[in-house]
Amino acid sequence: MKMISLLKKSVLAAVLAGFCHSALAELHIIIPGGPGGGWDTTARSVGEALMKSGLESRTSFQNMSGGGGGRAIAYMIEIGNKKNDILMVNSTPIVIRALSGAIPFSHRDLTPVANLIADYGAFVVRNDSPLTSWQQVIEQLKVNPSSLKFAGGSARGSMDHLVAAQAIAAAGIPGRNLRYIPYDAGGQAKAGLLSGEVELLSTGLSEALELANGGQARILAMTAEQPVADYPEIPTLQSLGYDMSFTNWRGFFAAPGTAPEQIAAYNDTLQKMLQTPEWETVRARNGWLNLYQGPEEFAAALAEQEQELKQVMLDLGFIRN
Amino acid sequence: MLDGILLGLSTALQWQNLLYVIAGCFVGTFIGMLPGLGPITAIALMIPITYSIDPSSGMILMAGVYYGAIFGGSTSSILINAPGVAGTVASSFDGYPLAKQGMAGKALAIAAWASFTGGTIGALLLMLAAPTLAKVSLSFQSADYVALMCLGLTAIAAFSNKGTFLKAMMMTVFGLTLSTVGIDPSSGTERFTFGNTDLLDGISFLLIAMSTFALAEALSNVLKPEVKQANSEQPMQIGSIRLSKAEVKEISPAVGRSSILGFIIGVLPGAGATIASFMAYAAERNLAPKALQEKFGKGALRGLAAPESANNAACTGSFVPLLTLGIPGSGTTAIMLGALIAYGIQPGPMLMQDNPDVFWAVIISMYLGNIVLLILNLPLIPYLARVLIMPKAILTMMILFFSLIGVYLVSFNTFDLFMMIGFALVALVLRLLAFPMAPLLLGFILGDMIESNFRRAMMTSDGSLSIFWDKPLTLGIMLLAIVVLAMPLLSFLRLRKAALKQ
Repeated sequence: MKMISLLKKSVLAAVLAGFCHSALAELHIIIPGGPGGGWDTTARSVGEALMKSGLESRTSFQNMSGGGGGRAIAYMIEIGNKKNDILMVNSTPIVIRALSGAIPFSHRDLTPVANLIADYGAFVVRNDSPLTSWQQVIEQLKVNPSSLKFAGGSARGSMDHLVAAQAIAAAGIPGRNLRYIPYDAGGQAKAGLLSGEVELLSTGLSEALELANGGQARILAMTAEQPVADYPEIPTLQSLGYDMSFTNWRGFFAAPGTAPEQIAAYNDTLQKMLQTPEWETVRARNGWLNLYQGPEEFAAALAEQEQELKQVMLDLGFIRN
Repeated sequence: MLDGILLGLSTALQWQNLLYVIAGCFVGTFIGMLPGLGPITAIALMIPITYSIDPSSGMILMAGVYYGAIFGGSTSSILINAPGVAGTVASSFDGYPLAKQGMAGKALAIAAWASFTGGTIGALLLMLAAPTLAKVSLSFQSADYVALMCLGLTAIAAFSNKGTFLKAMMMTVFGLTLSTVGIDPSSGTERFTFGNTDLLDGISFLLIAMSTFALAEALSNVLKPEVKQANSEQPMQIGSIRLSKAEVKEISPAVGRSSILGFIIGVLPGAGATIASFMAYAAERNLAPKALQEKFGKGALRGLAAPESANNAACTGSFVPLLTLGIPGSGTTAIMLGALIAYGIQPGPMLMQDNPDVFWAVIISMYLGNIVLLILNLPLIPYLARVLIMPKAILTMMILFFSLIGVYLVSFNTFDLFMMIGFALVALVLRLLAFPMAPLLLGFILGDMIESNFRRAMMTSDGSLSIFWDKPLTLGIMLLAIVVLAMPLLSFLRLRKAALKQ
């Protein structure tokens, strides 16, 4: 019995620890996915930088996975207006899932606060692959579009697929002809590439760099607008003469109808945070690239990305007009 | 390698690292014992702490939580039929019946010793053969996974006792069907969600295991007053935690085989501890002599020892692709990969050269960790097992409470609670009709993997089925599956022939 009461107390303590500090917090961040994912890391790292630099006395986090991120948005819409200190972290998939109808909301249902960091699409081959450049990939695809298979860590119609389709479309090859092989997770897609099941991997630049730094793979190209300062040797599609760019943003949203002064205050804090050495530590640790955009710029970028992705999804037949 | 081992020893034996091993194992055991809560949340929350310490120490701590949770997870599986973590679901198939028969102490002791052996054999294999094994794991492509999962499905036969084969098949199909709920992993379309966003991500394995085992068991306790009566007259026995020589002799071969099988499955990035434990359970039942086979599911010592050693060995095995290829096989190892990279350590083929201290310290700490876990868990058994002495009415309430809370603390979604109640009621009816529940779980866990790997294999081969026999590896596993399937049929035919002759 003693053991049980001890167990019970500890569970209670764990539950309380999970909930209570959120009630006292100054800034509360909603994470639309589980612990350990990309959104989770972003939110907790931002929180860490904010607290360590003294910009916020307290930050708390709430993981709310489910519904492809839709549950967290529904929560923001429902509860956000009652408490003024809630932000939600999100990224490009919200745009794609809204377009495909997987979630019944879009970024328009929330108030954009700011974009903080960027990742780009990247195309990776095995170290021993005969393919040495992106142009070679394009030439081979032009001869026989089904001769190369692209792996991705998510289902058809998700980010990895759309980016690869967009990239080959920029070279005049219909995106529909892309052979995209979906894997259940990023790790399994990597295993698929290394095991020789597929020739190319479509993934984010940060994951591609992990593979390349491990000496197992080479990055052929990536989708940033301009070469990234930290990695000038990786060619962008633009620099290779293909008119295509794609940015996987990671930013913050507030509840719908949040007052502009409040949004400005959030931006003020976030901008200050970006200048701190604490943020630089966090950023370098995760290999992130800064891409700050204020509310107006962020909203405009979202609208533009939505337009572009809509076109790709129409071309690929994932949505109809 | 000797240099490496010495380096690992000198790192792992530093007093602060010893403390991290103990702390990790303690937290892991505790998290594991709580039904539902797995290591993933604990490790994710621990990451900010690990940044302030040395990379080796951080990895030692996180690894300790990981295998500690799988070690401790068996406790609730055995005592209250509620799996502590997904990897210990199979441990309740025989562990819980043993506890019900008044041998809870023995069951927990077997689980502890089997886990210890599995973990230690795993660490040994990890130390000796990690780079070679990494290459082997990369020879597995989608078609090979399909073959492996087919081999896993042949285990249904192992889960069906005499006369329930058809029922076991029906439950497997039910499990396969349930695994299709949610976003289709290949095409991205929604299936069987009925427009409900809470079903988009599918149904969690732990939720189904918890409702069909723990909840349904608790509910059927309420429905069976005769059990209650028998219980009030004489309280449940815990029994001795000592194993007799004969018992040790009985389980030893099973532990050895399952440890190796579990480790190999753990090395594959597409499988994991849960699948390893199911396959080890099935393999042991298939290998067991006829008389012993009947005991599986009713409290066979081997039926408990096999999954317990396999899941711990698999957990250790999952460090092979993580450390030597930089490929995470599970959610938990994915978080550890993130932590390693944040330390500025690049997992992959170069890790052993670039950061030998981390590589070897983690491996050596696993030996220490398994000893710590044994020392931590064995003395606790008599106290933990007292749970069973509680009045049935209170125990039933506690099981309901912990099961529901356990699932809720993972998803924070009330919809899951309603879903659990629904599943528990369905499971209760099915139990009363003598449908076995284990095949449902088997179908569910393999269904997802068979489907996505099959479709991927078809996509890469342009729809040609020959991909399933072109490679020797695929063909070999497929043939093994056919042999395992045909064996009971052959022995049945032989028996009938003998009977006809007489």
